[in-house]
This record gives sequence, C-alpha cells and structure tokens, in this order.
Amino acid sequence: MTMNDSEPQASKTQPNPMQTNYLSFEKDQKLAIVWMDQAGSKVNTISPEALDAIGGVLDVVEGDDEIEAVVFISRKPDTFIAGADLGVLKTMTDPAQARALSQGGHALVRRVQALGKPTVAAIHGAAMGGGLEMALACSYRIATNHKKTKLALPEVMLGLLPGGGGTQLLPRLVGIQQALSMMLTGKNVYPRKACRLGLIDALIFRHGLLDAAKQAARHLVAGTLTPRRNDKERAARLLEGNPVSRRIIYQQAEARARKETRGNYPAPLKIIDCVKTGIENGLEAGLEAEAEGFAALVFSPESRALVSLFFARQAAEKNPLKDAARPVAHVGVLGAGLMGAGIAEVSAGAGLDVTIKDVDLATAARAKKQVWQSATKKAGKRILTPFERDVMTERVVPVDDYASFAPVDLVIEAAPENLNLKRALLADTEAVTRAGCIFASNTSSIPIAALAKASARPETVIGMHYFSPVPQMPLLEIIKTDQTPDWVLATAYETGLRQGKTVIVVGDGPGFYTTRILGAYMNEALLMLEESAAIEQIDDAMERFGFPMGPYELFDLVGIDVAAKITEEMSRYETARAMNTSAAVRKLADAGYLGQKSNEGFYHHETAQGRIKKKAVNETIYAFFGGARRKTFDPAAIQNRLALLMINEAVYCLDEGLLATARDGDLGAVFGLGFPPFLGGPFRYIDAETPPAIAARLGRLKAQHGERFAPAPLLQEHARTGAPFYGD
Amino acid sequence: MPNLATNGRAVVLVDGCRIPFMRSGTEYVDLSAYDMGRMVLKGLLTRTGIDPAQVDRIVMGSVIQNVHTTNVAREAALGAGFPNTVPAFTVTMACISSNLAVTSAVELIGSGQADVVIAGGTETASDVPIQFKRKVRKKLIAARKVKTAADYVKLIRKLRPSDLLPEVPALTEYSTGETMGQSADGLAALFGITREAQDEYALRAHRQAAQARDAGLLAQDLIPAMVPPAFTPLTADNGIRDDTSIEKLRTLKPAFHKPYGTVTAGNASFLTDGASATLLMAEETAQALGYTPRAYLRHYTYVAQDPGRELLLGPAYAIPAVLDAAGLTLGDLDVIELHEAFAGQVLAVLAALESKTFAEKAGRAEPVGAVPMETLNTWGGSLSLGHPFGATGARLVMMAASRLHHEDGTLALLAACAAGGLGHAMVVERA
Repeated sequence: MTMNDSEPQASKTQPNPMQTNYLSFEKDQKLAIVWMDQAGSKVNTISPEALDAIGGVLDVVEGDDEIEAVVFISRKPDTFIAGADLGVLKTMTDPAQARALSQGGHALVRRVQALGKPTVAAIHGAAMGGGLEMALACSYRIATNHKKTKLALPEVMLGLLPGGGGTQLLPRLVGIQQALSMMLTGKNVYPRKACRLGLIDALIFRHGLLDAAKQAARHLVAGTLTPRRNDKERAARLLEGNPVSRRIIYQQAEARARKETRGNYPAPLKIIDCVKTGIENGLEAGLEAEAEGFAALVFSPESRALVSLFFARQAAEKNPLKDAARPVAHVGVLGAGLMGAGIAEVSAGAGLDVTIKDVDLATAARAKKQVWQSATKKAGKRILTPFERDVMTERVVPVDDYASFAPVDLVIEAAPENLNLKRALLADTEAVTRAGCIFASNTSSIPIAALAKASARPETVIGMHYFSPVPQMPLLEIIKTDQTPDWVLATAYETGLRQGKTVIVVGDGPGFYTTRILGAYMNEALLMLEESAAIEQIDDAMERFGFPMGPYELFDLVGIDVAAKITEEMSRYETARAMNTSAAVRKLADAGYLGQKSNEGFYHHETAQGRIKKKAVNETIYAFFGGARRKTFDPAAIQNRLALLMINEAVYCLDEGLLATARDGDLGAVFGLGFPPFLGGPFRYIDAETPPAIAARLGRLKAQHGERFAPAPLLQEHARTGAPFYGD
Repeated sequence: MPNLATNGRAVVLVDGCRIPFMRSGTEYVDLSAYDMGRMVLKGLLTRTGIDPAQVDRIVMGSVIQNVHTTNVAREAALGAGFPNTVPAFTVTMACISSNLAVTSAVELIGSGQADVVIAGGTETASDVPIQFKRKVRKKLIAARKVKTAADYVKLIRKLRPSDLLPEVPALTEYSTGETMGQSADGLAALFGITREAQDEYALRAHRQAAQARDAGLLAQDLIPAMVPPAFTPLTADNGIRDDTSIEKLRTLKPAFHKPYGTVTAGNASFLTDGASATLLMAEETAQALGYTPRAYLRHYTYVAQDPGRELLLGPAYAIPAVLDAAGLTLGDLDVIELHEAFAGQVLAVLAALESKTFAEKAGRAEPVGAVPMETLNTWGGSLSLGHPFGATGARLVMMAASRLHHEDGTLALLAACAAGGLGHAMVVERA
C-alpha cells in the first residue's frame, strides 16, 4: 500500500495488451479497464486521434468474448477529460472537417451503446464537453465526491454546441429543462448536484473510485444493479411528457435566449433546436442536426472570436516573468470602499493575509463585512463550507493606522481619484513598509510616473487597475513605467493570477489603455446627447451592439462624480489630439446628479432591499444638453460613432506602445470594459471587417463629425497594406 | 530579594490581548466560543506579528462545551489561519480554565517541549447546550436502529409530552446541588461579610474599571471585535456600570437566598461572553526573535477544598502556599489581581487571609495579613469587567503585567477561585 495523493492506484492486472498515446488498456479478470492518459499533456482531450484510440479499444472489446464490461478512468491527477482539443478546431479549414469530428463522436456513441456489454465511466476531476459526452454514452457513471470533480457542457461559452451527442444524450438522461439549463449556461455541475440530477449514478471517495467502478461493472454484468433512470420529479415528468407542454418549454427557452443574446450569439438557439429535433423526431434526426449545427458554429465568426479570446486568455495565464516574482503572503489595501473591499475579497480568497486601512476602524470594517457577506453567499451555494468562509473572512484585518502595514509585501491603494491624496498615502505608507514592499495604485487614470514622483523608491511603484465589481470582473490591467524592474512587474502579475484575474500589462500614460479608450467612447456619447440624442436610444443601440449596458447606464453605475474626476485627472495631461471634451459631466456632478449613489443620474434609481433598480430616464438631465427636445438617430450610426471611436483609440494605444500586442488590447476591452465578446475585441473586429473597411468608415465619420475620427496612423498603414492585426 | 527562578527555563509573557468582554445575550449573542477564540487568536497574531508556524502549541481554556467544537482550541486555531501542523488543545478547570492553559504552557516551555506557546481561553454563556431529558436522549439514540414503523410506535409509546421539555443546565455544583450564588451567600455569612460591605465592594469594582477605561488603561490589552453581520468595531467592555450607585445597589433583591440572603445581581459577577490569549515564550526564544518580554511567570499552585463548605475560598489557601514557595510576603507585592466571582466571596477571602482562626485551621502559625486595597484590582475585576469562565485567567495574567508596567512595580500576585472548591495563585514578575 503506497500513499499517493496524485494518482489513482492501478490494480494488479495482466500486462497491458494495448498502449497508445491517448490511453492504455488492461484486462482485469473479465473487465476491460481503459486508462485515459494523453501523452505529453496535463489533461486528456478529445480529438480525432483520441476518438480513434477509443475506437481501437472498442474493436478489442467487441472481439474478445472474455471481456464482459468496460471501465473508463483517467490517469491524470485532476481531470477525467477536459473537453475537445480547441487547437484542432482552430486548424480546421472546411466545415466538413468539423462535421466529420462530430460524426466520429456520434459513431462512437452508437458503438458504445450497441456493445451489449456494460460500460462504466469512473470520473474524478473535470469531465467537460466531449469528456462528459463520452461519459454520457456509457451505461453507468460513478464520480468522486472531490472538490475537483465537476461536470459541464461549456461549448456555448465558445459559441459552439456539444457536438459529440451531448444535445441528445443529456436531455434523455436528466430531462429537457435541466439539460437546456446546463447547455445554455455552460455552468459546472458539482458531484452532489450531479447525483441529484441523475447525471451521475453514484458517488465515492476519491481513492475508492476504481474499485467502486469495477464493483458496479460486475453488478451490471450480473444483473444485480439496474441504474435508476427517468426518476425525475413528477412535475418535470408531467411537463416533459407531452408535446404541448414541451413546446412551451422550447418556446420559453428560445424567447429567453433571444432576449439575452440580443441576436448576437447563434449557438443557444441552435442548441435548443438540436434538443427539439432529437426529442420530437428521434435520436438519429437529433444527431444529424447536431453535426450540422456544430459544423456551422465552428465556422461562425462569433465562435471564432470567442475561441480566439479563449486562447488569448489562456496565454495571459502564463506570467512571462514568473521566475522574477517575489513571494507575496500579505497585502495591504488602502481604502475600504467598494473597490478596496473587492480587492480584499479576491486577495483573501487567494489565501493572502489582508490588512485594510481607512480613515477610521468602522469604515475599514465595512470591507470585512463585504468579504463575509460574499463568502456567506458562497457558503449558501456550497461553494465554500462555513468553516472556509470563517477562514477567508478572518484573513481580513481592518485597521485605522499605517503601522499595521509594516509586515506587508504589497500595498494596493484604492483611494479616491486624486493625485495629491494618492501621493500623500504613498509617502505615509512608505514610511512604515520595508524596502522590498511594492506600492500598487488602483488608479484608473492617473499616470503612475506622476504618482511615483512622491516615492523614495519609485521603482517599486506600479499600477494595478482592477474593475468594479472586483470579484466579478475578470481583468487586471497592470501599468508599468520606464522604471519598473522585472521583479516588481512579475510579482504584481503573479498576485493578479492568484486572485483569479486575466492580466494584461500596459504602458504608462493618462488613462493607460482601458480608461483611455473608454473615455473616448463615453465622451462621444455625451457629444451625441448634446446633439439631441435620447438617452434610452443610445443605451439600447449599444446594448444591441453587444455591450452589457449602454454608456449612460455605465455613467450611473461608475458614478458621475467619479467620471468627472477621471476626466479632470486625464485632462491634466493634454494629448496632442483635440478630443472636443464634453464639459457636462462636471456640471452634472456639481448639480448632485451622481448616478446610482444619489438615486439620480441619467436614470432614476430606486434602492429596495439593498438592491439598486434602474427606473425611467431622468428627463430633467436634458436641461444640461440643450433642452427636452430629442431626436431619433439611426441605431447603426450611433453604434458606428461610439464603437469606432473606441476602436480607433485602441489602435492609437498599440501605435504608441501602450499596448504590447493586439491580443492585450482585445483582452482589456472585452474583460475590463465589456466590449462584445462575440466580436473578439477591437482588433479582432478590425480584422474581421478588414482594416481598409474600418479606415474608410472612420474617414466618413471624420468628414461628418470632425478630426477626432481621423483613423490612427497605424490603422491607415494596415488599411494600405491590408495586413490584419493578428498574424494567425 | 528572594530567588524567584524555578527549576525549568524562564517563561515570559511576550504580549496578550482580549476581545472586549460582553454581557451574555448582548453583542456576542450569535457567536460561539469557536468564533471568539478565532477572533482573539487572529488578533494576537496581528498584534505580535509572530509567524504562526513558529508557534509550538496552542492551549485554550473553556468551560461550557459546544458539541460541534469540543476541542475548541484546535478549531479556533485553524479558523484563525494557523498552519494545520500546530497542535492545539483545550483545557477545562471551571473558572480557572485559562489559568490552567497558561500554566500548561509554562510547563511545556519549562520542560523544553516547546519554545513558543499561545495560552488563552474562550467562553460563551449565550449559547449553553440545552438538551432533551435523558429519557428522550436514550430513545433518540435507540431510534437510529429502528427498522419498522411498529418499532417506532413501541419506542415512543411510553413518552409523555412533558418528557420533551428541554433541560437548561444550571450553574449548580454537581456534588452538592448548590448554586454558586447560594454558596457565596453562605461563605459571606461565615466570615461575617455584610450586605453593605458587598455592595460597597461592587461599587468600587465598577468605579475602578470605569476610571481605568477612561484613562485608556484597559485599551492596551483590548483588540476590537467585529461581529457579523454588522461588523461594527466593538472596542470596550460593556459590563461596566457607569451609572451604578450605592443607593441603586441597595435596592436590589437577593438573587439566591430569598428574601434574606445578601448576594444580589449587583454584587455578583454576571454571565459574560469573551476570549483572551497570551503569547508565552522561553526567555531566550523571545530574545532570539527580538521580542521584549513584559513579565516572567513565576511560582504557581493549585489547591482544592470541600466544595460544600468552602467552594469559593480557594485563593485563601493558594495565596499563602505560593507566597511561601516563593519566599514572599504580602508586603513584597505591588499588584494583586484577584478574580471576583462575588463581592462577598472576595471579602471572605480577604477576611480569611487576615484571620488567625483561619490560619490555624489551614495549618499556619500566622495569618497572611491584610491585603492593601491600593494594590487590589485597581483596574476593576470580574464584577465589573465580566467573567467569561474560560477566559478570565489569561485576563488576570495580562492585567497583572500591564499594571506592573503602569505602576512601575516589580511583583504581582494573581489568584482565583473555581467551582469544585478549586483555587489557583501565581506570582508574576515584571520583565
């Protein structure tokens, strides 16, 4: 007996009769044990080659009368099968290839089901996408009750549908409504829930998995175990049992998908359609629809953009300077507002000790309260145990003095946007922290170099720009200056990764990258209001374009006073280009229209039960924009003006070296600002539309609305050569 | 100057803290002993900056057990972020449980088994375990083995509705059936302590505590408590009655022996929730880690008497024992910290120390003498600060050290009584 935490133990068996790059196969008495173990990879994935390997196993099983049942199990530490190999999808040039991949999966499903021998999927770790589909094809599924075990069909998040039979097998196993919920959200299902849904037949502790799977297989062979099927709740059975109510389910799902995607994402409707076809017209018709839908989606621009973002994000998960990073165990946070508390939360969640300071203890303690509330919510959803909640909350220590910052490794400042205030905080902090302590500012606009002037060790001053609400927004924009050494950058990067963030590194300057391109966009929205546009029309147009909310709703969320402050801070550092800045924001803030926090902004807001609800447009605000008479704009014209100004500014940032790569620009805009993910980001968008087309559209806007629309020089260059921003 | 060094290594108090003590059912009403223990341990870590991995042992006193956290020291330590490799255990000895935690630490360090130990205690009286009666408990346990409906019927047939009334544990002495208040009343009478004297002493306890608090003296050992869901920082004890007066105390009715007893709610310590923790080290370890010790923990003893007759008289036995062992007299002491279970009990202990009769009975030629009131509990005591059973002992140690520093004294004595007729005393020397 050995102690081995990382790998399930192999049983005493005959020598391996089969070994490929994807699996090894052994006979254990009358059972075939298939160990999934993709060579040279941390996880198992599904690819044409992997499907072939499984097919090879089935050849053996079909031909060997001695084998009575098959167990599929993974040799990887914490994955069963992580899903399709997306690299394969990327290299496909013809929809027929995608169709063939899907059909290959279907062929395996049919073979497994026609095997006449029980098949058991023994799942520990992630069973995602194609991995879960393979498990679904088996006659019995057993999973470990371990934290790392999770099941999902996440294809929709990449603009795809489950192409390996998922749209057919899942609803037959767990019911239409549960299946649609899983496939339309892509969410993870954890073991207990999976067992309740019938997705999993039994749970077992981690190191008992193989043994339990073998027992189950033998019982299935002997007929002493019959998996419970179709024992859904009576209400669900009634609802899904007749075609009339099924039609209502499909219609509701479609209506909801249309509303949520605003017509921008084709995958959800295709998923619903596949389920409908399969349930109403039979499995074969369903599989056919699935293969067709899969092939179409793989080549849809939406999926291409989402897959590109997926790879960009994956690449950003690697800290290029990892070895230079110094350990961070304890962070200090200055300011316990929404931002500071959010930073405290993601830090405590990452196992860091957090000391958080504000003007007095009661204010600082609000951060601890927020962390506790958030962790309590997670405990309610069983994401954390109550004890883990306690541990996480106890890591956060509110203080009202600087002396408590003596032991910290990294200070993150989240004070109001004011250079002099931040300089004072920096000086006070440096007086107590040790020499190797990094000072990071969460400013969204003030150049880091300007701040670092107040520092006795300016090389340790860096920007760590989080987005609100911090626990939900995935991006961390790190701002380095000319003086930033590798170890400081690397340490900030590593901390961001630990906090679960997607990290980009940008150059220094007013507004850096994200605030700068957002500022151009928001300013244009204000200028349009001065041209008598209507608030709701512009917000609606930008939502249709794919932003999660329109610019005015965003103003109200961020706070109009905060926006005014940012505009002022940025205007201290005049850029060469004239931007025709709207002066309205300051006037609005001075008049007390602050947005959500004062219940009055571009919209009326109502606070009920701790939640802020957006109500009607605040018509009185039109007095600041030339009166109540509003006129209607063409939605496409609105989208063109706002989006292209943002995109053009992004190209300037790349040209000026603020951005190192187009990839960073896309990540920043999508994950920090909510730029439509199905467009892949500003640079993917330019590439998809082609640089000459974008330059031409900007040229027309310049003729109508002025110099600020002049295409960035780098864009003009790409327009001339026709070269895309992405080389792939 | 007598030689105070004991046989083992010198053990020093490096620092200590407590969350504010709160009357039961008030600010900490929703907390368990585990919650408060976690808060005070994290507070001690933050305050001292000690690397938790450097701690060799954690010992916490606790009296009323919560079945979910029977070894509350361990759960509190894990919750506070200590590495899971630091052993932790819980000790219980009624009201001197955290004295036992402290002396366990002294023994561990003195014998060389540990260099750094955290000793403290945690207690809630707001969430005492309320049980079904034994008869129902028996049936509930038997019910786990029941298979058929008929078995169930058989099992519950003889239960009466009144059997389902829960039992709330009373603070009675198991061996005598007497409550502590009744016992204190009897003890006061035995030493001729009047109701007036008890009320005067209680008033003094509140006045002294209020003065110390207002002078900022209590704050040095306090860490703020932030309690969910409000997380409003709590920075002061809430048991001190600023508004009390001798007139008010006089009007209170006897709480235990009605109507002629002398112990009232006003001259008894109240049920309290709270937690405390001290960081103790071998003297050389403290030096090596760069800490300045606050005090040496010197001689200590435990005594036990008849829980019927002398339930709360332990200090009257423990004090002479520990002074003799250290070669000290009352006159050598600058600071005395005496746990105040009841005003009558404190005064009875003081009377016993002065009494020739008592000295003879205790086998001593001469009485210990009169305790100078200016050395006794000048920052308040359990009557005013409160008495979380498992956490008071560490509070006494901290306060003795803090008072020595504040008053520029050298030697302190602390002593406490406990249910079961137990008693404890310890000599603390300023470092």
